[in-house]
Amino acid sequence: MASQVTIVRGRAVPLRGAAIDTDRIIPARYLRTVTFAELGAHVFEDDRASGGHPFDDPRYRGASVLVVNANFGCGSSREHAPQALMRWGIRAFVGESFAEIFFGNCVANGLPCVTADAARIDELQAAIESEPQLQLTIDLRQMTVAYGQRCIQVSMPSGAREQLVSGGWDSLGQLLEAGPQVAATAARLPYMRQFAAV
Amino acid sequence: MGKTLFEKVWEAHTVRRLPGGQVQLFIGLHLVHEVTSPQAFQMLRDRGLGVRFPERTFATVDHIVPTDGTRRPYPDSLAEQMAAAIERNARDFGVTLFTADDPRQGIVHVTGPELGLTQPGMTIACGDSHTATHGALGAVAFGIGTSQVRDVLATQCLAMAPLKVRRIVVDGALRPGVYAKDVILHVIERLGVNGGVGFAYEYGGAAIAAMSLEERMTVCNMSIEGGARVGYVNPDAATYAYLRGRPYAPQGAAFERAVTWWTSMASDADAAYDDTVRFAAETIPPTVTWGINPAQSVGVDGRIPSVESFPAAQQAGVREALEYMGLTPGAPVAGVRIDVAFIGSCTNGRLADLREAARVVRGRRVAPGVRALVVPGSQQVRAAAEAEGLHEIFREAGFEWRHPGCSMCLAMNPDRLTGRQVCASSSNRNFKGRQGSPTGRTLLMSPAMVAAAAVTGAVTDVRSMLG
Repeated sequence: MASQVTIVRGRAVPLRGAAIDTDRIIPARYLRTVTFAELGAHVFEDDRASGGHPFDDPRYRGASVLVVNANFGCGSSREHAPQALMRWGIRAFVGESFAEIFFGNCVANGLPCVTADAARIDELQAAIESEPQLQLTIDLRQMTVAYGQRCIQVSMPSGAREQLVSGGWDSLGQLLEAGPQVAATAARLPYMRQFAAV
Repeated sequence: MGKTLFEKVWEAHTVRRLPGGQVQLFIGLHLVHEVTSPQAFQMLRDRGLGVRFPERTFATVDHIVPTDGTRRPYPDSLAEQMAAAIERNARDFGVTLFTADDPRQGIVHVTGPELGLTQPGMTIACGDSHTATHGALGAVAFGIGTSQVRDVLATQCLAMAPLKVRRIVVDGALRPGVYAKDVILHVIERLGVNGGVGFAYEYGGAAIAAMSLEERMTVCNMSIEGGARVGYVNPDAATYAYLRGRPYAPQGAAFERAVTWWTSMASDADAAYDDTVRFAAETIPPTVTWGINPAQSVGVDGRIPSVESFPAAQQAGVREALEYMGLTPGAPVAGVRIDVAFIGSCTNGRLADLREAARVVRGRRVAPGVRALVVPGSQQVRAAAEAEGLHEIFREAGFEWRHPGCSMCLAMNPDRLTGRQVCASSSNRNFKGRQGSPTGRTLLMSPAMVAAAAVTGAVTDVRSMLG
């Protein structure tokens, strides 16, 4: 059983823009590795090369929550993307929406991704930009994000939320429990016996 | 009320229900490649676990392999380390591996179908977002991350929440010079890059039914570019004809029993869908992307759009795309100059793709200053193309004729753009920096359109070049 993830507290970094893809989060040349260990140093490397990126803004140093817009993490299935962000220091995401595989990869690493509508996210990003020391509290039991005097409702699919809150986000332990039921399911599938006559 | 193929496959593969609405889903075929698997095998070692169904697990090398004939050990020490790792993992865990010198090797989404590993009614998983390709044969195929690769290796199962099903109907017949690539680019342009999140896309209608299996693979391949993790076409007579005789397909009387089961898994005529969207094939033009995501496209006879022509919420993204691409709003997309032409990838690196490109190239020359390369999707595609003499057509025109691999689709091997080069590409992603240069630019289009751009040096309507 992995640890329970119910509350994430910390300062945040706002990253504006829709459809920020996983090639931008971690360029493919850094996928030439057999571990995830070195990825944190290269997160958003090409975007950061042109200067002015929030990840290089000293005001956001030490932030652990990333606040993004729509369809964050689209594109490739590379788990290197959440791994790179995690190794940079990110522990949770708040955004308008997340790409499906990226979302699943985050949950598999115990990283919550919660959503709110575009207006709420814009307000939150603006609040952080004007007060970078702002503390955020993401509460997965109440499904809220609190900051300053504000507290907004956020969403997350119930299955993934349950996995984080219960500490069941390390899916392997759960899947291993099924034991003989897996063999029974396999035995019912005709292709598993090469369509042999019954 | 009938059921969709997705529902039937989901039910047949459900091991048990999990808390929170997920199910434990049995995976019938696990395809593995060198980029997303080494950490997963290490996780098995750390936990003292083996591969649960090694006979249902097939590995290949595709992303990092040089395509210029360079042999092991690779000069790139990181690529060599990855090739060595998958060899060791396959050996240690008893998994079949198609190495770079194996006649069965190729891009994982090209070889699965061509070997007959991919079959209707199966669940398939691979640590690669383009796994939906296998849906062209009526499989339910998921792209997964590395933790899930670990899960499938260790248990042959995934913890998954069910998807909704959107039926995408393409009525009528495509016009000459319009290809499967144009269909899927058009669908993504209309439904958006995140329109498919939470959905499986079921493609149907007369235009899809008329497509070859290779064309259906092109359509299903790019489902993820529209946000849909799963895309499929119901199996039919064309599917069975494609599979008959392939090495891993059922043989003899078993094949006939398989056809009966496969047919039973297709969506029922009265199946209910969560959503249906219709397109008219006649209205789909040869399509070219102008931006930095695959929904930012226009017909080849169209113009680069203006920022103001988009809703307010999209304008910042459009402005960013136009600035990155250096394109002028209002200018025709035809005539945009290119530096590189790339024909290949899991989207469009199959024999039919090379044939269509060769039809355009035959008797012509690559434009001065353009670098053009053809990278077949697999060893089998390369051999079949050479048997038809396609390699000579390409070489005579000035194309490089390469060995199979993912190559310049994502530039994990030495094939990459430099500086701000513009590439006409038959691949699937036009993201910033995707083709290996942080400032490189990609125009997605069909292989025939890439061929046309290669010989003219600019985006060109291929319909003007087909006899």
